[in-house]
Amino acid sequence: MNRATLNLWVGFFVLLGFVAFLMLAFKVGNLSLDGSGGTYEVVAHFDNIGQLKERAPVRSAGVLVGRVHSVRFDTLHYNAEVQMALDSQYHFPVDSSASVLTSGILGEQYVGLDAGGDDKMLKNGDEIKLTQGAMVLERLIGQFLFNKAQDGGADKTSTDKGAP
Amino acid sequence: MIHQVEIRDLNFGYGDQLVLKGIHLTVPKGSLVAIMGLSGCGKTTLLRLMGGQLLARQGSVRVAGQELNHMNEAQLYAMRRQVGMLFQFGALFTDLSVFDNVAFQMREHTRLPESMIRDLTLMKLNAVGLRGVQSLMPAELSGGMARRVAMARATALDPALILYDEPFTGLDPISMGAIGRLIRQLNDALGATSVLVTHDVQESMKIVDYIYFVSDGVIVAQGTPEEIHASALPFVHQFVWGEADGPLPFHYPGPTLKMDFGDERGQA
Amino acid sequence: MRGAWGQGLRNVGDTTLRIVERIGAVVLFLGQILRHSGTSFRRFSLVIREIYFAGVQSLIIILVSGLFVGMVLGLQGFETLQSYGSSESVGVLVALSLMRELGPVVSALLFASRAGSAITAEIGLMKATEQLSAMEMMAVNPLARVVAPRFWGGVISLPLLAALFTALGIMGGFLVTVIMLKVDSGAFWSQMQAAVDFRHDILNGMIKSLVFGVAVAAIATFEGYEAPPTAEGVSGATTRTVVSSSLAILALDLLLTAFMMKGWN
Repeated sequence: MNRATLNLWVGFFVLLGFVAFLMLAFKVGNLSLDGSGGTYEVVAHFDNIGQLKERAPVRSAGVLVGRVHSVRFDTLHYNAEVQMALDSQYHFPVDSSASVLTSGILGEQYVGLDAGGDDKMLKNGDEIKLTQGAMVLERLIGQFLFNKAQDGGADKTSTDKGAP
Repeated sequence: MIHQVEIRDLNFGYGDQLVLKGIHLTVPKGSLVAIMGLSGCGKTTLLRLMGGQLLARQGSVRVAGQELNHMNEAQLYAMRRQVGMLFQFGALFTDLSVFDNVAFQMREHTRLPESMIRDLTLMKLNAVGLRGVQSLMPAELSGGMARRVAMARATALDPALILYDEPFTGLDPISMGAIGRLIRQLNDALGATSVLVTHDVQESMKIVDYIYFVSDGVIVAQGTPEEIHASALPFVHQFVWGEADGPLPFHYPGPTLKMDFGDERGQA
Repeated sequence: MRGAWGQGLRNVGDTTLRIVERIGAVVLFLGQILRHSGTSFRRFSLVIREIYFAGVQSLIIILVSGLFVGMVLGLQGFETLQSYGSSESVGVLVALSLMRELGPVVSALLFASRAGSAITAEIGLMKATEQLSAMEMMAVNPLARVVAPRFWGGVISLPLLAALFTALGIMGGFLVTVIMLKVDSGAFWSQMQAAVDFRHDILNGMIKSLVFGVAVAAIATFEGYEAPPTAEGVSGATTRTVVSSSLAILALDLLLTAFMMKGWN
């Protein structure tokens, strides 16, 4: 086979391979959000994180705005410390609140951010003070039954949490 | 007289077994020397020692006055640029055309322009009478033609020393004669020195200047073709005249006939 | 030690030692290749030729297998996920299993049997017909001229092939689930995009296939270069290339996966 044809084929092959890689990166991997340069870290403490894992999504109003970076147990406060990497194009007031939520009934758990009203914005290393931990099904059911027994099933509105 | 190859007190072995013992051998510049012996007597090993593909543990191998045994890899490669070698079946590169085979060394070692490489390659091919097959692949050549192309390739950079490993094996008588003549012509035309390892007595006696006989790792006889022809040594006589039995027995050493075929009581 | 037990134990010991020895030899050989790689990069046309033989000629088998594997994953995933009422997640399943495991591993296995064995056979035959010796006598080092370009050709080809395999696999999954089984196309892509992480899934998959490429190319060239110069020797070496590189791929995959799950950072 002559040199020119061979080079042509190899060029075609290498190009094809790179196109496949780029397709994976942008179409499938949604690269734009996860560039390691374009994020800032905030921390939040939860009394219970349920099944929340590293790399779980962080959403605000249902839109992906970042990912959980690390989860560890804080031996000082006896609660869970969650580091989150937020996309630097999204800014949140310092009094925003974070809660551990579940997508669907059996779906994965994620961190939901609700924006506050402060003028100052969260920056790298800040802590989100207002947090609400995960709901644990057993406790909910226990509380539900307890309330039911107490109220004799007459008054359902007295439950302070959104019971199932 | 200046010696192109000079071997002294050479011992060489694979593992514990000595293949060559106490070899003394000189090849004067410009001459064509044959090393003869039976298959497996160590003559190919001797050739590889001259090319630096094997290094001896004891003794000295000098090529163009340089001691090979003390050379490092880079020096060996530098030395080999002065040496051409023809392998037993040619060893042409099967993925390159005849032309590219002959041009291989020029492209690897020189920065000659492509037009000059083309002229030189065609000259080399012309010298072996095969300018017409330049575009064929090695697989399309006959055995004799492949051998001649390999000769053109071995002499591509006009080496000072040409080594031939069994150049006559597996050829018809006409090709054999042609190869023999070519070996002599190339040697004289290039002013090179050639060493020929072979067991083909008749063909090589016609062309060489001097002959060494190797048997069992030692040189048993040497001389010009006339001296060898007239030699009275039993081994040389057997070899030259091709007799089946003689000082070299027809039977490989082993148990006696009686032990293999005799009654079992003989063993017990 | 006595009896069959002793003999059995000795065999185990012998085999273990032989395997360790062989791994060591391949690693040393890899070092030799790297030392003689200068020529490959000064004359890159040598490597381009080998990319053609290792990469371009493996293209068809990789593309077709990728498509089929993706389609099967789509079908199987759909069956299982449907019973949980979350058939839209099939995109996630197809993409993650292809990127993390199947893409790098299956393409490396196919590459070992398609290109690896060819490299071994070619080098082994060149050795058996004294072409390597002849080259050495022409003052050209066969490690630099024959072995290193084939090694680099393999190392460069495999990650590209793995990316193509994965991409085609995802297309196969899309074809089966979205076009044929009427899963919602938007959900298919968006769930996939939400679950796939560039660094943890895509880059790690590429790192895997690069490591596999080095392993397969080193084993294939080693077996060819060390093959006994006979017809039997070359055929044995070709078989060994496929067997040992397959084992090496799977073992390395386990190591790399464990390492990547712990996280690089």
